[in-house]
Amino acid sequence: MGRFVARRLLHAIPVLLATTFLIYALVFVLPGDPIQGLAGDRPVPPSVLAELHRRYHLDDPLVVQYAKYLGGLFTGDFGTTFRGQPVGDVIAQRWQVTVRLGLTAWFFEVVLGIALGVWAGLNKGRWADNLVLGATTVVIAVPVYIVGYLAQLVLGVRLGWFPVSGGDAGWPAAYVLPGLVLASFGLAYVARLTRASLVENLRADYVRTADAKGLSRRRVVIGHTLRNSLIPVVTFLGVELGSLMAGAIVTEYIFNLPGIGQQVFQSIQLREGPTVVGITTALVLVFVLANLAVDLLYGLLDPRIRHD
Amino acid sequence: MPAAPPPPPPEPLLPEPPLPEPPLLEVDDLHVEFRTPRGTVRAVNGLGYTLHAGQTLALLGESGSGKSVAALAVMGLLPTPPARITRGAVRLHGRDLLQLSDAEHRKVRGTRIAMVFQDALSALNPVLTVGHQLGEMFRVHRGLNRREAQARAVELMDRVRIPAAARRVDDYPHQFSGGMRQRVMIAMALALDPEVVIADEPTTALDVTVQAQIMRLLADLQQETGTGLLLITHDLGVVASVADRITVMYAGRVVEESDAPRLYAAPAHPYTRGLLESVPRLDRPGRRLVPVPGSPPDLAHLPTGCAFHPRCAAARARCAEERPALLPVGAAAGERSSACHFTDEVTARGGRL
Amino acid sequence: MTSPHPPGPTGDLLLPAAGTDAPPQAPPASLSRDAWQQLRSRPVVWACLAVIALIGLTAAAPGLFTALLTDDDGRCELARSKLGPTGGHPFGYDLQGCDYLAQVVRGSRPSLLAGVAVTAGALLVSVVLGLLAGFYGGWVDSLLSRATEVAFGLPFVLGATVILVAFPRHGLGAMTLVLVALGWSTMTRVMRSQVIAVKDADYVRAARMAGARPSRLMLRHVLPNAITPVVVVAMLNVGNVISGEATLDFLGVGLQYPAVSWGLQLNTAQTYFLDHPHLLAFPALFLSATVLSFILLGDAVRDAYDPKLR
Repeated sequence: MGRFVARRLLHAIPVLLATTFLIYALVFVLPGDPIQGLAGDRPVPPSVLAELHRRYHLDDPLVVQYAKYLGGLFTGDFGTTFRGQPVGDVIAQRWQVTVRLGLTAWFFEVVLGIALGVWAGLNKGRWADNLVLGATTVVIAVPVYIVGYLAQLVLGVRLGWFPVSGGDAGWPAAYVLPGLVLASFGLAYVARLTRASLVENLRADYVRTADAKGLSRRRVVIGHTLRNSLIPVVTFLGVELGSLMAGAIVTEYIFNLPGIGQQVFQSIQLREGPTVVGITTALVLVFVLANLAVDLLYGLLDPRIRHD
Repeated sequence: MPAAPPPPPPEPLLPEPPLPEPPLLEVDDLHVEFRTPRGTVRAVNGLGYTLHAGQTLALLGESGSGKSVAALAVMGLLPTPPARITRGAVRLHGRDLLQLSDAEHRKVRGTRIAMVFQDALSALNPVLTVGHQLGEMFRVHRGLNRREAQARAVELMDRVRIPAAARRVDDYPHQFSGGMRQRVMIAMALALDPEVVIADEPTTALDVTVQAQIMRLLADLQQETGTGLLLITHDLGVVASVADRITVMYAGRVVEESDAPRLYAAPAHPYTRGLLESVPRLDRPGRRLVPVPGSPPDLAHLPTGCAFHPRCAAARARCAEERPALLPVGAAAGERSSACHFTDEVTARGGRL
Repeated sequence: MTSPHPPGPTGDLLLPAAGTDAPPQAPPASLSRDAWQQLRSRPVVWACLAVIALIGLTAAAPGLFTALLTDDDGRCELARSKLGPTGGHPFGYDLQGCDYLAQVVRGSRPSLLAGVAVTAGALLVSVVLGLLAGFYGGWVDSLLSRATEVAFGLPFVLGATVILVAFPRHGLGAMTLVLVALGWSTMTRVMRSQVIAVKDADYVRAARMAGARPSRLMLRHVLPNAITPVVVVAMLNVGNVISGEATLDFLGVGLQYPAVSWGLQLNTAQTYFLDHPHLLAFPALFLSATVLSFILLGDAVRDAYDPKLR
């Protein structure tokens, strides 16, 4: 197990390097003044331009630039906004809202997604199965911002069950509806994945063996099938923890929650390039680290992997 | 799916020797069909056999002859749907298992009838340790706690001669070799001293050298415990040394039933003869091997009359029209039977045509 | 955000069935003919094809629909801004007072183009890379696998946001390239594992022993037998890409005004949807129906090729 962890960690290093280099190269190295590019059509005062050039080490050779940029990333330096505020500070002010929202959504995905998937899988071909399959297909197909507006309109404005927007009501009241909306896609996916995996595993030879041992249905499903079935689901849920933080951009904007996602959205609208790049780079790093954590978890769940 | 056509006409029952006590396991006129998009597949069509305590009965047939389906029916493990048991009885000590509720049948499984599957790698749960899977038998059926169950698991592994059992009990199935995994399967089947063990092609997935070891182990353990062993196989060579009686199946029916030595010496059915001529035999060296021509029948569209007639060298017009009944062969009624219109001719020529 | 997760685990669902207790059956017809027969018998497949054909037609010839369905004269009058549906203008008017039906119909082209072009590009990349990595193994495989991990590590919409923000004046072409660059990893993984499974098959070994050159082995023996699952994943991917492209437009990092797309229309609608729901409803309906059709079709094709799920 120790060697497995070490190998996974070693694998992660080139991925992290390459990912950050890719972003860096695309944003800062391609032809044209990157700072002017990030500002879009807005005029940038020469003093700000010079300051930003210095901040991003744009006058150094490429490798040095990248090394300094990378060093900055690992010390929490994600660049500077046009107003001169470090992006790291912006993140520090707002991350709690986003993490709270992301975890709320993740909770819905884990609990509701797996429960729906198991319910459908155990009733394969019956109405429960068809209901779950149909509903999840629709949820997957409809973009989340449309789901968000509909939820806001129906559950918030018309029925008044939840606060329509803003984070003032605090957790959980202000986070339930945005959490559900943010979770909707992943929840549907988790349900379908759990169902497919469960259906497949219930057909496995070892489940027949468990039946041949005279175990109760409950024991066969929970003790012999569920764990195997959840291996791909856990993989997805781990990656999902990272993408939920990214998904918060739209949801926080729609529900007016003051997290880093909302900041990204506003910065895009205001053409604040450095802020967008800084925050999204941080989010990408979260995503990559979440993937790594999943790989490690996978080894715990599936003994076949860690003995390879 | 098309509606199931009416079941085929009843097969004459096996001649039953009058016994004071019901036999250990008795399968009687068993019919199993599968409803598939391609039509109704009749996998088992009036199978019957009797297994006595301490006896080894080999159920012999090509793939698709219905032998595995019949075994799963005995275990109550057929997936229903698509499978349906349309007729027949499976009696353990005279009690029909097919009439049991799911919960009652479950109590029989593992404790009184156990099964060894063909491919131990896929039949063992990959994410649970071998010790867990063996110990589970004791925890579920005998109420032992985890530690006691683990100790019994080690004992079991010793009993099936897995070296260093105490150390290996916490290993996962994929860490064992194929032969060792099959030993684990056997250990699991024998855990609660069942009266009947069904072994479904227990050596097919193994190397030839390991096959012999596993068959030896099965035979030894059967001797020790006195269980009835139902050995399902397509390989005449595998059963030669261990089986007391052999039931040959074709297209879901019994075509010949005999004690092992006489079947090997002089098969009474052309299909058995074909099977024997297609495998090398130590007792008849230098003989040419002749495969059975053609392929196993399509169980969704069985041939009329004798199901074997399209592949039979001795087939005549009657074979395509009238299905032969399973009838006693020779004087010793009840000991040997064959389902062929021309059994006498086949046996008269010592199995050769 | 519709984080269009690459349907990673679907690859696992595509392995051949291993059921041992299945009833013996007549030898099946060829897999693709079998799959087609199963697809043909499902009404949902025809419904999806009809929707896709209709949307395709609106993308190819928007004028046909605007001429038939609306009195649109091509002029926009601010006075009619955001007016709801009326007789000659069944979808009402947009913010600029243009006929909304004409606008929504014109929005289908970028969505469909992006969905098809990105998927085709990513499919091409992944088939080539997957074939090379799986067939040659060794350092080629290691290198390509690491590259795949990097691309897989960049979430689709987030990665696209970072890159596209750096190039504010991009068109659909640049967006397609960026989405291909971010979207090839899942399919490459599927392709690679298929190639690895196929290349050790006896018929490939036989051809190798018969002296076939590597290129012939790859193209004649491995490719045809390894490509089906990748194509199925690609079909599922079209819907995801369309959804992702619309999300980028909606966020403001995709196509920019004055381009016309469903994502941009939804972006505009968000401010006014409480009082003028038609602004949200029509592009949302078109977008959802298109994505739904592609996903359902992909699902159906996958089920047809995967007997285990039947």
